[in-house]
Amino acid sequence: MAYNLKENLMKEDRFSGGHRMCAGCGSPIAVRTVLRALDPEDKAVVCSATSCLEVSTFMYPYNAWKDSFIHNAFENAAATISGVEAAYNLMKKKGKIDETWKFITFGGDGGTYDIGFQSLSGAFERGHDFVYVCYDNEAYMNTGIQRSSSTPHFADTTTTPAGTVIPGKLQQKKNLTRIMVAHGSPYVAQTTFIGNFRDITEKAHKAIYTKGPCFLNVMAPCPRGWRYPTEKLMEVTKAAVETCVWPLYEVIEGKYVLNYMPKNKLPVEEYLRLQGRFAHMFKPGNEWMIEQVQQEVDKNWEDLLKLCNM
Amino acid sequence: MTHLAKDMTPDVKWRDITPGCNIFEGGTSASVQTGDWRVLKPVIDWDKCRQCLLCAPVCPDMSIPVGKDGKRGEFDYFYCKGCGVCANVCPFDAITMVKDEK
Ligand code: SF4
Ligand code: SF4
Repeated sequence: MAYNLKENLMKEDRFSGGHRMCAGCGSPIAVRTVLRALDPEDKAVVCSATSCLEVSTFMYPYNAWKDSFIHNAFENAAATISGVEAAYNLMKKKGKIDETWKFITFGGDGGTYDIGFQSLSGAFERGHDFVYVCYDNEAYMNTGIQRSSSTPHFADTTTTPAGTVIPGKLQQKKNLTRIMVAHGSPYVAQTTFIGNFRDITEKAHKAIYTKGPCFLNVMAPCPRGWRYPTEKLMEVTKAAVETCVWPLYEVIEGKYVLNYMPKNKLPVEEYLRLQGRFAHMFKPGNEWMIEQVQQEVDKNWEDLLKLCNM
Repeated sequence: MTHLAKDMTPDVKWRDITPGCNIFEGGTSASVQTGDWRVLKPVIDWDKCRQCLLCAPVCPDMSIPVGKDGKRGEFDYFYCKGCGVCANVCPFDAITMVKDEK
């Protein structure tokens, strides 16, 4: 079915206002968009790893989730939803349940790239029918901006403070999307918020309605940790895509498909410049950092184009 | 047994709380006002708005309702935290952020 922004927005939100995420936060945008991709007649169980999202949407006795919601711990969101899915399958087989239920897990990058990775990997290996959505804001934001394995090279965080001793984070960002492809998942996609939200909505729908374990990696900027003024959110995501720092692609049954080819691939400065966490890279004498990031981005982009047979 | 969010007041006795403290309803944060966090407030100029709806999906606080007629309505100031993302994406400059005097 062709995507139509108006029809999409006329669906009722399955995520409620009154949550305590910061003003301008990217993660509630990811959540409401993914949940709107559910067919309205289908029910859902949502699970969340420990994260900003979990602590801010689930403050007893208030919760922002209109669907059934379970929180367990940082490291086992994927294991928790696996159990729910297995119980549902059994109840369905025994005829105790007729409706269609879908299973969606949200985790931040800390809960996905790092702490929750073993349970995520296990759930994908066992092949449960669910979607794992990582809202990637590239650090442990909830506890005060500590680096994760998703934090990009040279980013200034409270545990990788840029100064005279180190130039920000020393390592490159882990490529989790490709690691999830290596699990043999039927559908893996990388997306963010762009224009009319077609890319993320279509991918969320495919991920929810493809049988088996599917993975969505959504870049969800954090104005506090990335140090940009809240209103610039959509400029940041656009720059990430136009510089190929965060390419939009999907992998269907192992086949890579590029979803957006920038007309003029912009230099990485256009993305880095918007954010205070990279401000030190623009100081005189630090040009090498920008050059190095450009090389890394170019290399990843070329690898991706090869995988897409382009 | 108390199992609704609105009944969870400080006076509730432990015996009256469900096992596991479960709340048997969803979306209870709807009663929490977050609009009072706001410093700036989005204001719409309906003469400029062309109903392109590009502002609606970017709101992190579900504060730009789209009605059954497919048109966006007035901001929901009960939740809107004044982030300004909507004003920044509007291609027709129909949204202005103004100081929110309370
Ligand atoms: S983006 Fe601007 S023109 Fe489009 S619906 Fe929103 S306020 Fe109206
Ligand atoms: S200012 Fe932010 S919270 Fe308020 S309506 Fe606009 S996008 Fe939503």
